[in-house]
Amino acid sequence: MAKSFNMKKFMSNNAIIILIVLLAILTGCTTQNFFTVNNFKNLVVNVSPRFIIACGVSGCLITKGTDLSAGRAVGLAACLSAMLLQSLDYSARMLPWMPDIPWPVALIIVMVIMGCFGGVNGVVVSMLKVPPFIATLGMQTIIYGLCSLITNNQPMGGYKTSYLTVASGSLGPIPYLMIFAVVVGAYFWFLYNKTRHGKYMYAIGGNENAAQVAGVNVQGSLIRIYILAGCMYALAGFLVGAKAGGASTATGNGYELEAIAACTIGGVSANGGVGRVGGILVGVLVFEILKICLQFLGVDPAYTYIAQGLVIVIAVALDLRKYLQKK
Amino acid sequence: MSEYRLEMHNVVKTFPGVKALNGAQLNLRPGTVHALMGENGAGKSTLMKCMFGIYHMDEGEVIYEGEKVQIKGPLDALNRGIAMVHQELQPIPERSIGENIYVGRYPVKKLGPVTVIDHDKMYEDAARVLEEVHLNFDPKAKLGSLSVSQMQLVEIAKAVSADCKVLILDEPTSSLTAAEVEALFTIINELRSKGVSIVYISHKMDEILRISDEVTIMRDGQYIGTWAAKELTTDFIITKMVGRELSELYPARENVPGEEVFEVEDFTSINPKSFRRVSFKLRKGEILGVAGLVGAQRTELMEGLFGLRSHTTGKITYKGKEIKITQPKDAINNGIAMLTEDRRATGILGVLSIADNVSIASLNQYLIGGFMLDDAKIENLVQENVAKLSIKTPSSKTQIQSLSGGNQQKVLISRWLANSPDVFIMDEPTRGIDVGAKYEIYCIIAEMAKQGKSIIMISSEMSELIGMSDRIMVMCDGRVTGFIDGSEANQENIMALATQFE
Repeated sequence: MAKSFNMKKFMSNNAIIILIVLLAILTGCTTQNFFTVNNFKNLVVNVSPRFIIACGVSGCLITKGTDLSAGRAVGLAACLSAMLLQSLDYSARMLPWMPDIPWPVALIIVMVIMGCFGGVNGVVVSMLKVPPFIATLGMQTIIYGLCSLITNNQPMGGYKTSYLTVASGSLGPIPYLMIFAVVVGAYFWFLYNKTRHGKYMYAIGGNENAAQVAGVNVQGSLIRIYILAGCMYALAGFLVGAKAGGASTATGNGYELEAIAACTIGGVSANGGVGRVGGILVGVLVFEILKICLQFLGVDPAYTYIAQGLVIVIAVALDLRKYLQKK
Repeated sequence: MSEYRLEMHNVVKTFPGVKALNGAQLNLRPGTVHALMGENGAGKSTLMKCMFGIYHMDEGEVIYEGEKVQIKGPLDALNRGIAMVHQELQPIPERSIGENIYVGRYPVKKLGPVTVIDHDKMYEDAARVLEEVHLNFDPKAKLGSLSVSQMQLVEIAKAVSADCKVLILDEPTSSLTAAEVEALFTIINELRSKGVSIVYISHKMDEILRISDEVTIMRDGQYIGTWAAKELTTDFIITKMVGRELSELYPARENVPGEEVFEVEDFTSINPKSFRRVSFKLRKGEILGVAGLVGAQRTELMEGLFGLRSHTTGKITYKGKEIKITQPKDAINNGIAMLTEDRRATGILGVLSIADNVSIASLNQYLIGGFMLDDAKIENLVQENVAKLSIKTPSSKTQIQSLSGGNQQKVLISRWLANSPDVFIMDEPTRGIDVGAKYEIYCIIAEMAKQGKSIIMISSEMSELIGMSDRIMVMCDGRVTGFIDGSEANQENIMALATQFE
């Protein structure tokens, strides 16, 4: 009796994930080349930058905030990386005076710049008390404007080989992109589970006023969370640019919604205080597998959008239902 | 037709982790005021919410005007003639008084094919209803322009406007001044003479004995009995409410107040209507009770001392050294802890585990290499406290919100004890906690004082203050109006100081 009840609970708590697994099995059985190493690599390469963005935005979500500037921040980071890492013999260099710098240096520069944008978000949210939805919506527009400004609305290409290799290369069978994602995932897992910063983050999300009473530096924690988010968008933008071999103002458009959706599907509660790194990974995987499956099944891209939208709404509805049942 | 207008029998209502009602009952005669009494957490409000259809009872029946009924929701209750004024107001301050009275049941008219709200009728009716309860407000004024107590009266007008046969008043006088209470009693008397049955929930003994015809007492969700009000005495009611003799309510205290450790001088809020020029001293191992009426600014004062509110002037001296407190962290670093009044709003981290809730204020103590938390050490701390304070929880990973109020409070006390504070401010430490757990909390407080911690305890329960304090500081309207030694304190001398308005 108790066991069948638990089964039912398991099904309803993981309904979306179960559906996606079934969809993948169905796709694998009805189409060719689905369960192949190449397709798997394709999945990993797509998942990695999105997982990094989702990790960044998860801190904002867990503290009952959000970050709508994530996608545009990824775009700006990709454009900045492009400007820093175009090859010297490329004719249409955006910054002709730019010397040849190694890609890790460029990455650090971009992370510092995007961390500053995140810091501004954090200050506006925590000290000026602007609702995160509004604060980051404003930042989204500002970043897009800045990005158009510095790139003259021109797409950029002509990257150095070393930069392109960051995305295309692999260590044995493991793509470099996956290594980045694994390192980020491990870092966030450690941060969220084993440090004061993580505990304070969950406390603020669980009850900001109570956290303050308990002596938590709420403002400082929030600012750190948004800065870290900015740095993750920088890393993701850097990787997305390398993967695409080019960048433009359109890069990263809409990624924030995908990331927020992935977090929510992965159990980051819209009510704050709840969310695990493993869950975020599952959320991103669900989303990407859905896309790939529909692609393999030859579904019109228009329907893919509809399916994605439905998954988002259903996942949040199920999440809230879990919460409502406790009342 | 039975002699009762409304009967509730054997009502059972369970919330996760707690049986809020277990065999409750209530028999309401027409044209009477029926007081419902019991301690916080006895289930009075829950029973009324079942009557009003906000909660659905698990078991039990409601017989209304001789017929067995099922009340499906507040709207159903209102349609049947049952109205309720809630303990916590639910006002819409940005809309007019009239709209607040008629929200959800606006009068409508036809404007061609569309149905629109008939504003003229609404405001006319609202004016009439306000007049009926002797309120002289413009129904078009924003509700937010009224004071809290005036809003409460509007809420009562709203209930009256529904032409109710049963009116539930849940602690209606908690924010009213003496004159407003009189006005309310006049309204209640008029309603009673019109044959309305009124359920009156209050903690104020004198009010109950004055206004009510019958009294039903509840304890721990159970029906204890119903008596005619004129047969009752205060002592009898308390004994029935608490379920034991008064002398056994509080543990024996073995603390010996020592030298003065904490001194506050001339402490004044940034808000001119809040606490001002407060000075007091606290000894080592002393329990200082803080008494006062609602609005005496006791909570505000303590939150000011803890750095949650700003102050303009004032000096805090701790062990002979002046300390500056502008945020809770400063207070915590100086060995001060504070259990806030509203456990849900500013105490518990609801969705987090017991372990996280216990450790959050003292994480700096469990670091490995300066940055990594030592989970084993935290688990030790939690297990130690769970055993020491006998916290009833399935595991340290349980979400705190699934525990009962008393156990949540013990978790919060553990949170602060982990910091070994010397001064522990407790604001209404036993609010919303059942009787058994209350006694345990008292024992914890007594034990802390015995170990030499200084305790400041705000309480609105007079007997608790008298039973637990070495000394009682009384406040009125933001000022300290006097100190009374615990052994000499009684209801009269405390109330005399608490009502010393300027």
